[in-house]
Amino acid sequence: MVEVVDLIVHGQAWTTKELFVLPNEYIYWSIQIVMYPFMTGLVAGAFVLSSLYHVFGVTKLREIARFSLVFSFALLPVAMMPLMLHLQQPLRGINVLMTPHFTSAISAFGIVFLAYAFIVAGEIWFVYRKHFVLRTNELQAKSNRSSMDSLYLLIFKVLTLGAMDIGEESLEKDHKAVKMLASIGIPVACFLHGYAGFIFGSVKANALWMTPLMPVIFICSAVVSGIALCILCYVLAQEGRKFLAKRKLSRWSKDPSAPSVETLQGSLETEVGMTANYLLYFMIAALTLEILDLIFRGYTQVKSWDILREVILERDFTKIFIVQYGLGNILPFVLMILPGRTVKRTTFATVLVLMGVFMMRYNVVIGGQAFSLSFAGFMHYHLPIIPHDMETFKEGLFGALTVMATPFVIFWFLAKIVPPFLKGDDAH
Amino acid sequence: MKRRDFVKSSIAVIAGASVPLAALDLIDPKEVLAANEDIHWAFLIDTHKCVGCGFCVKACKTENDIPFGAKVTRTWVERYVFTKDDRRYVDSPDGALYGFTESRVDLGRGEYKEIDPENVGKAFFVPKLCNHCATPPCTQVCPVGATYKTDTGPVLVDKTWCIGCGYYIMACPYGARYFNPITHVADKCTFCYHRLAKDLETACVNACPFGARKMCNIRDINDPVTKMILNQRVGVLKDEFGTRPQAFYIGLAQEVR
Repeated sequence: MVEVVDLIVHGQAWTTKELFVLPNEYIYWSIQIVMYPFMTGLVAGAFVLSSLYHVFGVTKLREIARFSLVFSFALLPVAMMPLMLHLQQPLRGINVLMTPHFTSAISAFGIVFLAYAFIVAGEIWFVYRKHFVLRTNELQAKSNRSSMDSLYLLIFKVLTLGAMDIGEESLEKDHKAVKMLASIGIPVACFLHGYAGFIFGSVKANALWMTPLMPVIFICSAVVSGIALCILCYVLAQEGRKFLAKRKLSRWSKDPSAPSVETLQGSLETEVGMTANYLLYFMIAALTLEILDLIFRGYTQVKSWDILREVILERDFTKIFIVQYGLGNILPFVLMILPGRTVKRTTFATVLVLMGVFMMRYNVVIGGQAFSLSFAGFMHYHLPIIPHDMETFKEGLFGALTVMATPFVIFWFLAKIVPPFLKGDDAH
Repeated sequence: MKRRDFVKSSIAVIAGASVPLAALDLIDPKEVLAANEDIHWAFLIDTHKCVGCGFCVKACKTENDIPFGAKVTRTWVERYVFTKDDRRYVDSPDGALYGFTESRVDLGRGEYKEIDPENVGKAFFVPKLCNHCATPPCTQVCPVGATYKTDTGPVLVDKTWCIGCGYYIMACPYGARYFNPITHVADKCTFCYHRLAKDLETACVNACPFGARKMCNIRDINDPVTKMILNQRVGVLKDEFGTRPQAFYIGLAQEVR
């Protein structure tokens, strides 16, 4: 008898099986595939929020629009990260761009993603071109440049791409370009995320995923999560600035034209108030579609309903109805529509909304794999917390946290070049 | 370099480069070697004959270098037990690699159920493997084209090109696919393509002592197995997905999914 050595196959580390599950079935798409639609959703949502100002001219949202545009760009590379962490052969990831197989929904990823990246980069360039030129001129005029200044000068000089004209006419052209790019960007952002929904919705083998509503549900919840994150980060950033302004630190110690605490508080209240309304509209749309899907499944009761009912209404009841719908949708909704809404209350609501959208992704991705293709068994997912090898790190809690933290790191660096908070007319 | 010289040498380079391209086009190996309208491999499983010995699973793992200790398998056998009080039990411990040597049914999570033989209404075994569908959903969703359908029927994976995204695993309604724990790419039954090429039958067909597994060229109507598929009442698994499976079953029960 040959000695049999146990070999852990992919998925085995975090899957337990109950009743009859086919031998090859594991939870193959784990936490990183939950992160993927969550992060792309944030990208798309942040962009849509910024477009409200740039395309539809909601001027009151000027500041948060610029903020969310930069944030969307910081989130962009992170949308790809979970996929790379999830691939069994990450070095071959480039094959998707090199030999796309066009019958697959994933093959469009490279094209849509790059197109979107160029649109956002282009839009940021037009928005900040005046700022780049002003900084270049300012640094050039400086007589005693430090090495940091020289580095900045080089960066800004390159970023101007030689277009130094900031006359009235050329700025007007910039303005038009921004508007055009933002208009093209909205459908592309929706496509970027709708297609993530399509990846799931088109899997006919999976009873929970397969619905044509999936892309639309994904787009609506994407906008919800994107707006919520932008409000949250905007509030945090403004609170930070208020803190600095109160103590006359940083810019406030030397620049008399820096906004006062009252101005900051004022803009915080109007912008958050306005944005929260848009958040509410999109929440209604997202929730309606999700509930419609659920009711439709329960009403039509096709073959898969027996097992779906057990997963949705019994096994995952807490995760779906208490955490996702209750704490993640209804409670923040109530918090925001109750009279006397404050910035604090809205901020708290956005945290809940973000959690709710994350749980929605989780319940779709993991919930879709919680039952066997045999319809006679169940699989349970155990998120690896303490990693004991590369795989349990990548597809465990710390892998997910790495993905979550990265956009903030990128944003911090990005803000040095394209600061989201500028004096009104230094950028579009 | 003069402009005239530049143009001249450019023409020479283009002409030189286009010759081997054209030559490659003429001897497309796919067309010359693989295109054979006369062959399309299909599988026939007679569930009445299966006793659940698991020799097919052992033979498959040995032939195709799938470690015995890895809890994935290209082919497996399921046991169905229906009791007189209308309860259904199904299991396939280790994919039946070691056969069904115990009467108790594996309920997963280390729990077992002993069933009173007097209470058994009906019980049977069902061998399963990749159905090598005529319209495979798995090849459709592969983002890099690493998995493909050959002209003679078998669905294969190019393990040097697979990126390991797992989409094909999700797309397969039969659970036939998994990640190979050694190569870390998609893996599945190949109908023993390497053996077919040498006119040998698949390892599992070869190992089955009871003739429960058979293979045939479904385009050859004189093949005795093809005749069985044509003449007898055969079923396929989950035809509602429109995959047109090429593994046919004799004595397929509706409870088998």
